[in-house]
Amino acid sequence: MKVKVLYFAGLREQLGKPGEDLELSASVSTVAGLRTLLMARGGAWQSALAQGKALRVAVNQDMAQPTTPVKPGDEVAFFPPVTGG
Amino acid sequence: MPVRIQTEDFDAGAEIAALRRSDPKVGAVASFIGVCRDGSGDANDGDPVTKMTLEHYPGMTEKALEKIVDEAKKRWKVMEVLVVHRVGELKPTDQIVLVVVTGAHRGEAFAACELIMDYLKTRAPFRKKEQTPQGARWVEARASDGEAAQRWEPPKSSAA
Repeated sequence: MKVKVLYFAGLREQLGKPGEDLELSASVSTVAGLRTLLMARGGAWQSALAQGKALRVAVNQDMAQPTTPVKPGDEVAFFPPVTGG
Repeated sequence: MPVRIQTEDFDAGAEIAALRRSDPKVGAVASFIGVCRDGSGDANDGDPVTKMTLEHYPGMTEKALEKIVDEAKKRWKVMEVLVVHRVGELKPTDQIVLVVVTGAHRGEAFAACELIMDYLKTRAPFRKKEQTPQGARWVEARASDGEAAQRWEPPKSSAA
């Protein structure tokens, strides 16, 4: 399935891109699964997305949890904890 | 539209007047303005801040803020709510965010205004990058912001 993945702020700088369109295999069905898949790229991906790093994930612009399903056509965004106001 | 994201500055007085619309039922107007600050000398952040860039996640930001406004309106009897948040380049003393709540009485207006700011700090996808003489750095989220938002949550039951 196709999904759109976005990276914001420091994460975008560490990963060197603002986002990408990905074709996922059927084995990836949750936010946690997608994060694991991206980490497996190694290097900056491994370190920036490592478990224990405080990261927020949104699916279709709503805050998501590791167990949140990822479906065809979804927009999944990764970003560090927010600092507005 | 109770939520606006913009690069330009805002005039709090004009925004408040527009929100009140001379409604004789309004007995209280609570407002908050967040300002870009040079934190040098603080215990936590030492370096002088010369400039700050605020970025956000267009689309989600508006959606998240609208949800926060709805949450405040659900909890308290308030009339109108406005949230204006700036993005782009800012410098110390610049205004960043404006929250205005109108209601019949002050208690509910104060509470709604505070909840909106506390949730904005933890749920709205903004990110600040500060320029200091030592270079640029992304501002880290503060634990105290999480705690401030937490106090609006219903107590968790301890049942296993």
